[in-house]
Amino acid sequence: MTAALELRSVSQHFGSLKAVDDVSFSVTAGSRHAVIGPNGAGKSTLFALIAGTRPATAGRVLLEGRDVSGMREHNRVGHGIVRTFQHSSLFLGCTVLENVLLAAGRRAGTSWSMLRPLRRYRELQDTGHALLDRVGLEDRHAARAGSLSHGERRQLEVAVALACRPRLLLLDEPAAGMSPAETARFSQLVRELPQDVTVLLVEHDLDVVFGLADTVTVLHLGRHLLTGTPADVRASSEVQTAYLGAADSSDLFVEEPS
Amino acid sequence: MNPVLARRLVGAGVLVVLLALPWMINPYAISTVSRILVFALLAISVNLLTGVTGLPTLGQSAYFGVGAYTGAIVATTVTAVGPVQMLLAALAGAVAAAVTGPVAMRARGVAFLMITLAIGEIAYTAAGRLDPITHGTDGFSGIPPVVPLPGLPPLVIDGLVYYYVLAGFLLLYAVVAVLLRSPFGLALRGLRDNEARLRAVGYPTTAFALTIYCLTGALAGAAGSLWTSAQRFVAPGDMGFQVAALALLAVIIGGLGSMWGSCVGAALVVLTRDYLGGYVAGHGPLLLGILFVLVVYLLPRGLAGTSWRRGSGRSRSRQEART
Amino acid sequence: MLDWLDANLVSMVDGVAYGLLLFTLAVGLSLVFGMMDVLNLAHGTLYLLGAYAAYALSDGSWLGLLVAVVVGLLVGVAGGGLLAALTQPLASRGHLDQALLTLGIAFIAADVLAAVFGSEVLPTAPPNGLTGSASILGHNYPVYRLAFIGIAGALAALVYLLFERSSLGALVRATVADRDMVRAGGIDTRKVMFGVFAFGAALATLGGVLGAPILAPGPGVDETVLVLSLVVVVVGGLGSVPGALLGALLIGQVQTLGVALMPAYAPFLLFGAMLVVLAWRPDGLVSLVRRA
Repeated sequence: MTAALELRSVSQHFGSLKAVDDVSFSVTAGSRHAVIGPNGAGKSTLFALIAGTRPATAGRVLLEGRDVSGMREHNRVGHGIVRTFQHSSLFLGCTVLENVLLAAGRRAGTSWSMLRPLRRYRELQDTGHALLDRVGLEDRHAARAGSLSHGERRQLEVAVALACRPRLLLLDEPAAGMSPAETARFSQLVRELPQDVTVLLVEHDLDVVFGLADTVTVLHLGRHLLTGTPADVRASSEVQTAYLGAADSSDLFVEEPS
Repeated sequence: MNPVLARRLVGAGVLVVLLALPWMINPYAISTVSRILVFALLAISVNLLTGVTGLPTLGQSAYFGVGAYTGAIVATTVTAVGPVQMLLAALAGAVAAAVTGPVAMRARGVAFLMITLAIGEIAYTAAGRLDPITHGTDGFSGIPPVVPLPGLPPLVIDGLVYYYVLAGFLLLYAVVAVLLRSPFGLALRGLRDNEARLRAVGYPTTAFALTIYCLTGALAGAAGSLWTSAQRFVAPGDMGFQVAALALLAVIIGGLGSMWGSCVGAALVVLTRDYLGGYVAGHGPLLLGILFVLVVYLLPRGLAGTSWRRGSGRSRSRQEART
Repeated sequence: MLDWLDANLVSMVDGVAYGLLLFTLAVGLSLVFGMMDVLNLAHGTLYLLGAYAAYALSDGSWLGLLVAVVVGLLVGVAGGGLLAALTQPLASRGHLDQALLTLGIAFIAADVLAAVFGSEVLPTAPPNGLTGSASILGHNYPVYRLAFIGIAGALAALVYLLFERSSLGALVRATVADRDMVRAGGIDTRKVMFGVFAFGAALATLGGVLGAPILAPGPGVDETVLVLSLVVVVVGGLGSVPGALLGALLIGQVQTLGVALMPAYAPFLLFGAMLVVLAWRPDGLVSLVRRA
């Protein structure tokens, strides 16, 4: 079965700095795959390379077997690669609904329409409202995105990404800055995503990672360290060394008593 | 009163006044209003690029000039029918924008501003030197009066010319209003707010930016032909840096993103410089300078962005979504 | 090759003089823009103030010139401080609002200056010791321009050393790169920014005092200087002193040598050159010299 995503020797060099260095791994279709690693490991850069925000210096990115390495970002979205941003990146001057409609309209093929008013596109409006309802922002649909709280903006991020009808959803530290209640709600949202959407997730909160992820990739200093199940990662001494240096690290992945 | 109803009433009131104007003021004043309407259209084209799409420009005067000269050439060589001149002028403006736009598209912000400034200045200089076509710095005169529709007589009375210009203004205003309410209009605001994110949700942002650039070029060109019909004279001074700068400043005064704001801003700028300036014997620029300083400090979001409702505290006017 | 050089030597030297003048004018604008992200369109007005000071105060004697220089510097510092104070509330409001304000100030100032000095361009003579032409390599060349190259060159070197080699300069460059970091280090960045504004403005007025015999004061000259400075800043790269120097020297040559070689295209050369540079290097020429 073709992997949803395959990376072959992907690299990103900034002069002599190698932000991502010869990274290769695969992600099974429909899985929830986390990418973790200490700070500076190159996780966000990797996301940018997969989504096409930045072109890779070397290597290939394959989506469901198709080589998308040469494709520009907006074209990759058309093929189903959709990302969110680590620091909320929304259309702050537009309303919450308009944020979602921008994304949904592109998928619906209405974005070049210049004559018919936006409010007349009933189906599109319904899609937008439904998405907002799913992330819990429906009652704020007329508010300016700039007036939302941090947690609400993260919710909107997810709604906008979902509006693009992703096949491969890249969530860049989605739980950052969220309260425990918001994090729990977010994790539930991810679990409820349909099985034909593959989810790739960069996250620092290891509880979220181990609660959600089927498989985990560990990066360190731009290089691929390990890909495996959460149990494999927990048990790996290499990973523990990467996170903590050479000191005793037996406490790193201790599970809290539930 | 319901704000939507209030806006509709004000709009209707303004329209009534505009229609009744030739009976209220003298011919010289009415021709000034014609000029204000055309300048307001130029300001609207700047607003579309700068206020709505977030691309600050000093080059719209170039396409305005292209349209004005095209109108003049068509009027003297092909036909005196106004709408035909306007259509060809709009086309010329769009083509000029399509040719020069790609250079500007490589940049954003101040670099974009400077590139459009360069385009404007080069066009201005060219207008002064292409004597066989533009009659150079002497200006293009001998333009016949405009015929509003085939079969009708040419318009010589200032009041009638004003009605022709008003019709053109209302038509183009309506077209822009429709555009702003469409999905394309929303994409423009997305471009302004967060171009990187717009790409990340699948939009080919450069194609969208270039498209609006050509559309505003067409709008400026059409406005140029109205200028020619109203003035029956075109000179390089009708385009160039001064015109472009004043148009941009009119948009800022009116409130970035607001159509009606740009129109009022345009009127303010022209009236301050020409009308009030007449009272202080040529110190028009001084009055303009004072106007700019006052607006910057007293109306930080421009005329349209200011909350005009009493006691509304910190309520914001969503100028971005309004026409 | 030598023949070509010989024929165009005068233009090239002229170009260096003009380029150095543009540098003194543009460097302040570049720093204020790069550092405070403030677009100051009253910059040309500062030149005009200095040039008018030279016209009014220099009477041919060295003392007159000295007085003009001192007055010019004081006016520049005061003007820079005033502009910094007036634009400070607009710091977060973006370039267009700053443009509106500073252009308004420029319009007002231009009107006042025209009322005081009249609406003609006022040719300004250099001090008595520096009038006339000298003969260099078989060509006649105005003495003042040669002297100007020397002075402006020294000034440019001084500014360059100050910004690239001194600890004060390092502080300024750090504030351009990351204001919050500098502030976190306990330094009052507002003082630094005011200082840079005043310094840049003083350079511009000094440029006006010394440059008046080359580019005489009159209505419209402020607009000319502003446009030239903006082009130099954009071509060189925002916020960079070496960039401003490169850009200024290039534009200086374009406006002199370029015009001499292609007189038919003279009005198109300035913006044509700018477009070519921006198409090739959108961040300005300084990106060529910067290490990756």
